[in-house]
Amino acid sequence: MSAIDQSKIRNFCIIAHIDHGKSTLADRIIERTGLLTEREMQSQVLDNMDLERERGITIKSQAVRTVYKAKDGQEYIFNLIDTPGHVDFNYEVSRSLAACDGAILVVDAAQGIEAQTLANVYLALDHDLDVFPVINKIDLPSAEPDRVINEIEDVIGIEAQDAPQISAKTGLNIDEVLEQIVKKVPAPGGSPENPLQALIFDSVYDSYRGVIVFCRIMEGRVKKGTKIRMMATGAVEEVVEVGYFGAGQLIPCEELSAGMVGYITASIKNVKDTRVGDTITDQENPCAQPLPGYKKVNPMVFCGVYPADGAKYEDLRDALEKLQLNDASLFFEPETSIALGFGFRCGFLGLLHLEIIQERLEREYNLDLVTTAPGVVYKVHKTNGEVMDLTNPSNLPDPSEIDYMEEPMVKAEIMVTTDYIGPIMELCQERRGQYQGMEYMETTRALLHYHLPLNEIIYDFFDALKSRSRGYASFDYEMLGYEQSDLVKLDILVNKEEVDALSFIVFAGSAYDRGRKMCEKLKEEIPRQLFEIPIQAAVGSKIIARETVKALRKDVLAKCYGGDISRKRKLLEKQKEGKKRMRQIGNVEIPQKAFMSVLKLDDK
Amino acid sequence: MKKDLGLYIHIPFCVRKCAYCDFLSWKGSEEQREEYVRALEQEILSYKEFGADYQVSTVYFGGGTPSILEGEQIERIMEAICRTFRITGKPEITLEMNPGTALREKLELYKRLGINRLSMGLQSVKNENLKLLGRIHTYEDFLESWRMAREAGFDNISGDLISSLPGQTLEEWKEELEILMETPLEHISVYQLILEKGTEFYEKYGGHEELLPDEETSAEIYLWTGKYLKSRGFEQYEISNYAREGRQSAHNLRYWERKDYLGLGLGAASMIRNMRMTNTRSWDKYMAYCRDPRKIREEVEFLEEPRQMEEFMFLGLRKTRGVSRKEFYRIFGRELDQVYEKTLRKYLDQGLLKESRDRIWLSDQGILVSNQVFADFLFD
Repeated sequence: MSAIDQSKIRNFCIIAHIDHGKSTLADRIIERTGLLTEREMQSQVLDNMDLERERGITIKSQAVRTVYKAKDGQEYIFNLIDTPGHVDFNYEVSRSLAACDGAILVVDAAQGIEAQTLANVYLALDHDLDVFPVINKIDLPSAEPDRVINEIEDVIGIEAQDAPQISAKTGLNIDEVLEQIVKKVPAPGGSPENPLQALIFDSVYDSYRGVIVFCRIMEGRVKKGTKIRMMATGAVEEVVEVGYFGAGQLIPCEELSAGMVGYITASIKNVKDTRVGDTITDQENPCAQPLPGYKKVNPMVFCGVYPADGAKYEDLRDALEKLQLNDASLFFEPETSIALGFGFRCGFLGLLHLEIIQERLEREYNLDLVTTAPGVVYKVHKTNGEVMDLTNPSNLPDPSEIDYMEEPMVKAEIMVTTDYIGPIMELCQERRGQYQGMEYMETTRALLHYHLPLNEIIYDFFDALKSRSRGYASFDYEMLGYEQSDLVKLDILVNKEEVDALSFIVFAGSAYDRGRKMCEKLKEEIPRQLFEIPIQAAVGSKIIARETVKALRKDVLAKCYGGDISRKRKLLEKQKEGKKRMRQIGNVEIPQKAFMSVLKLDDK
Repeated sequence: MKKDLGLYIHIPFCVRKCAYCDFLSWKGSEEQREEYVRALEQEILSYKEFGADYQVSTVYFGGGTPSILEGEQIERIMEAICRTFRITGKPEITLEMNPGTALREKLELYKRLGINRLSMGLQSVKNENLKLLGRIHTYEDFLESWRMAREAGFDNISGDLISSLPGQTLEEWKEELEILMETPLEHISVYQLILEKGTEFYEKYGGHEELLPDEETSAEIYLWTGKYLKSRGFEQYEISNYAREGRQSAHNLRYWERKDYLGLGLGAASMIRNMRMTNTRSWDKYMAYCRDPRKIREEVEFLEEPRQMEEFMFLGLRKTRGVSRKEFYRIFGRELDQVYEKTLRKYLDQGLLKESRDRIWLSDQGILVSNQVFADFLFD
């Protein structure tokens, strides 16, 4: 392949609120630039995983390269980098943005700007990207493009009068978008003659080739045989292959040079060595400094994951190891629970990440899992001066050894129509939010700023927000650091026995309320048994709530079946089977789903 | 010596399907009934060779409503039985009948054929309940049938009742039993209403369990029934059966004691030497192959020893006298207490099981939750 003219490269991404049509627009761009015929086009090429397609979100970053013949007669190379669309993956988003030179902002012509739109735009502007807006879904009857254009100009402060008004679904005005990419996204800078400096924005594990690193070359060049070094992890490897991204396939090429987006393979065995955000340089001719912005992402949410069938422990370990090959942000270590046996304490970037991993374990590895209530990482300052990161409530030291505790806080932005400001402020208050201020975007919409404890939003905050605003509120957050807080461990006793897997850390002021709800919920979940079962919530030795599962009074088959004993047996077998799916705690059988009940405590 | 056997004869016809009934039964035409009786005769006769090893001590005509058949048809079935099997000196031969379906001549014929026990499907002494249940008869019909049966010489009559009907209270139930006592009976079966899929009741009450008596009321009704009937001379001998002295149903006990029985007719279940099998429920198949029983048997299962042990427990414990350790040892060569050590300990401790040196039985509280206890006697 002949050398590529750097001035003809356009590296860009699409940013949007969920459901505003990001992936559909990506599909249209790929289709129009002739990479795929319509026939080959499977809806939403960039969302590879089944899960992504089902949930309509992008979990991993993806990239694709296409060639566009513009109206000026020139051919341009488009590198479209698709970014994850969820706050759990904010860091990945920021690294993907750093690999681009411009961004298309997709705004739904009916919905207008949402909290996530703003968060992503600010993120893009922070990375000095040129952002140009596109108004999507103008074919909808409720579309108000003019209002949305004004909103974009007023709220974000970027020029929007000439924004293409498109329908990604029908393909209307897509050409305008393509022309604007050529005109508004700057050509990449950097020089092929400088020492190699490449940004890793993703990596995937392939069982044949090892880790495949997705990167943007900022300076210099790389080709087969180059000895590369990951500047943060220190890993050194020789390049086996470089190339770029076709649709759903990797296309090898001679070399990657400054301004290009592509992949590198180098028989790297583990994605841990190729952290997102790290800088790749040439071992022989290193660059002076790594690219800015690298950080090691730490899991924010932890929970216990146990095989429903204790014999599947090793299978679970294998599955987690395989998932980790592809997902450096997944953390796990073995743990033991009195109630649940052998399992793992797993760490995730957020609740969505947790759900995705859980679903993949169940679907792709066919495992039946019991998971405990997710919790955040607390900092426990002990009286002896030690500080411990608490990821499992069971490990909380004795209160006499604790000086004070801290919990992680987030800075949240909630966009809401003015009608629902009241209910949303109430919700934030209930969740111990600290009001930071409010801005009116237009007369009908406002942006609320709050500081909230992370543990108040990981479970069901998003659902509560939606239900209290009838779906009109949108929400985004970023981490803010730790704050001292009055926290206690809430224990649950079933038939007077503490069930370790049901303990959780809670704000002292909410303990009574949470304890009561937890007992009520467990009362619903635990089937009646042959004796009365007290369910108690306790803080330390103090019982703060109690419910009772009444004894089963009557379960008798007083019916004439003649000699059809097989039918009787089937009934008993069914009963026995039901018992098997439960966990035995002392004398009491607890169904697996009870261990997740803390998740469903709120919002009646 | 010949082995002991019971016969169950299934008559799948009834005048009208009751609202709660999920048994294999329907109205059928006269021709269909005749066709069925002929096939049944063939099936019975085909057991000639097999029958030579056995002697029959109990026969049970169940349904459906066997008394819906013509007297002459019952006669032909009895004849086929007598030509095929040797019947012991004092057999128990029961026929289920519904009030209003058997007139004097039929009853007298039954008596002549050797039928010596009648099981009357009374279900309730209150006509509004009978109507709710979709029964075709009234309480007065029952009184009339009972009187005719006595006149025909039947001295062993059982009455079936259903309790825990929609809206029923303990007081109402007490009244029912007191009214029932006005008619002398030798045996009483009390079944509790169960909503079965595919019945009218299921359509009506499924998902509306609040319209049925709650668990507590049902439990009270159940316990009170045992106490009251005992005071009136009926000893409970099984979860739903009560009898005057010497009037327990030998055929029913056979099921709980795992003695051999042969089911004849559509959908009838058998157990022969630990082989459980059920006849086809398909009319066409039954008609086509009634001469060759192997071809109409479905769900044939030989019970391995663990299955036999399980049955020994969950069937034996249905009887109020429970199971015998000695008998368990005699059959299986293992100690009951070793095989079921943990389960026995658990339920003895909870007071749901009781024991003497030899026997183990369910307490009243145990009977009430017997399904829970039984399920625990199944091996993992």
